[in-house]
Amino acid sequence: MSFSWTRVGAILHKELRDYRRNRFVIATMAATPALFIALPTIQLIAANATGKAVTLRVGLSLLYMLVVPVIMPSVISAYSVVGERDQGTLEPVLSTPIRREELLIAKALAAFVPTLVVAYAVFGIFLAIAALFAHPAIVSAIYAGTHVLVQLLFTPLLAGWAVWIGIAVSTRSTDVRAAQQLSVLGSAPPLAILVLMSLNVITVSTALAIALAAALLAFDLLAWRVVAAMFDRERLVTGSRG
Amino acid sequence: MSALDGSKREPAVVVEHLSKHFAKRVAFDDVTFEVGVGEVFGFLGPNGAGKTTTVRTLGTLIAPSSGSATVAGVPLSPRNGPAIRSRISIMPESPGLYLRLSVLENLECFAGLYELDDVRGHIDRALGAVNLAERARDLCGSLSKGLRQRVALARALLNDPAVLFLDEPTSGLDPVATREVHELIASLRERGVTIFLTTHRLEEAERLCDRVAILNTTLRLIGRPDELRQQLFRRSLDVRLRAPLADPEAVFGAVGEVQGWEQTPSGYTLAVSDPDLATPALARALVAAEADILSLAESRHSLEDVYLELVNEDVEAKSR
Repeated sequence: MSFSWTRVGAILHKELRDYRRNRFVIATMAATPALFIALPTIQLIAANATGKAVTLRVGLSLLYMLVVPVIMPSVISAYSVVGERDQGTLEPVLSTPIRREELLIAKALAAFVPTLVVAYAVFGIFLAIAALFAHPAIVSAIYAGTHVLVQLLFTPLLAGWAVWIGIAVSTRSTDVRAAQQLSVLGSAPPLAILVLMSLNVITVSTALAIALAAALLAFDLLAWRVVAAMFDRERLVTGSRG
Repeated sequence: MSALDGSKREPAVVVEHLSKHFAKRVAFDDVTFEVGVGEVFGFLGPNGAGKTTTVRTLGTLIAPSSGSATVAGVPLSPRNGPAIRSRISIMPESPGLYLRLSVLENLECFAGLYELDDVRGHIDRALGAVNLAERARDLCGSLSKGLRQRVALARALLNDPAVLFLDEPTSGLDPVATREVHELIASLRERGVTIFLTTHRLEEAERLCDRVAILNTTLRLIGRPDELRQQLFRRSLDVRLRAPLADPEAVFGAVGEVQGWEQTPSGYTLAVSDPDLATPALARALVAAEADILSLAESRHSLEDVYLELVNEDVEAKSR
């Protein structure tokens, strides 16, 4: 039996249906973007600075936007395996012909797709509010250089990182809360690099941005194999290894 | 269809010297048995006997430590896991339903996992089999425990499994829900579904199963419930009298078929070679001794007696 996108679709569809009725997921999807759009928007609207201060302020504001694709999927994906195990729904799923790779891809997509939609929507709202209410110099600064391109490029790359870290933690955890805390922690390193770049501690260059993007892309593409190797059906069902 | 019919074909499950150890702990050891096509096979044992681990092993959820098995015609191996799981169904002790989804949505998810073609048709048939068609759009979280168990059974029937593993299907259910599940299993049996039923409810096994196996880490006995009774217990008669006999040895010793006797709180229990021959002879002897007979019947040993006899043997063996 080969890899089946039908089985991936079945889990993905189920997850998306479940999210719509899960208060915790709805709260995460609503609160995180609300928080991280409010702060930078207020900062930008209130600002009328010029020169270097504008660039720094815009950089920090856009950095907030990149927190969304890190925090949101890390919380959701950390729940993906340990949460099912906790509810007793994992064993029936594992009793079907589904392969671990199919289950993991489905779980990853279920966290990745809504994250992407929400993160891009948040960025779009941010741009619209800035265009309507911010100082023209700040609006120009937002569109100057590669800010928008960086946002569009790094949003899925960071989300991918956070999703795989979250699922990896989830496959090895026995407690949902601990998994979510570890997952958020594990998702932080690439964000830390971006913070340092935004604060000019690391000098931003096209080469550095491309290198970081390439590293994240490589991680996102290869991580599922590593996570699949960590996914031990027997340990997940029995709590111990044979 | 019965086990005897099934024995003419390839068995649904063949297990040979199968063992599972978790580090130093033995879950089950050197287990060998076969389950015929269309048979309802009861797997009994006390808590911790290895019943659920056996089901999980045969369902390829966990790997055996040694031995071999063939499930639904497919040899048990990690490579064959998806092929075996597509031919069988396992209903775990806990229903494991997505409580925020409706019955229909739960079944749609699993129909997708089995890659079924006619999804709606399979779901309708499965819901019809458990009499839940009218509750299809209810959220699973709003259902009673008994109804959830029925949804789990419908889910297990979705792929028309060659072997249906039911792990303690009535655990925690009230008598009414238990009865409903029993009726469902009986109807599946009539449809010729091969069922592997783990339980520690002995009356359930006695009522539903063609054959039973008693597991207590190792397989202790296997056979039809009446065969097990005969293997473990001598045939005997229970005699109830209005008053005790003055000289029981003189009365019972005169009946050739009586091999031994003992007094019980309610009368006497007599070991006999053939109850059909012994009963009339004994009745004559008691009448001759002027005893007032209240009842005279062959002793009925339940499966529970068989089970307790074996489990007690194991306890005694461990304490020695």
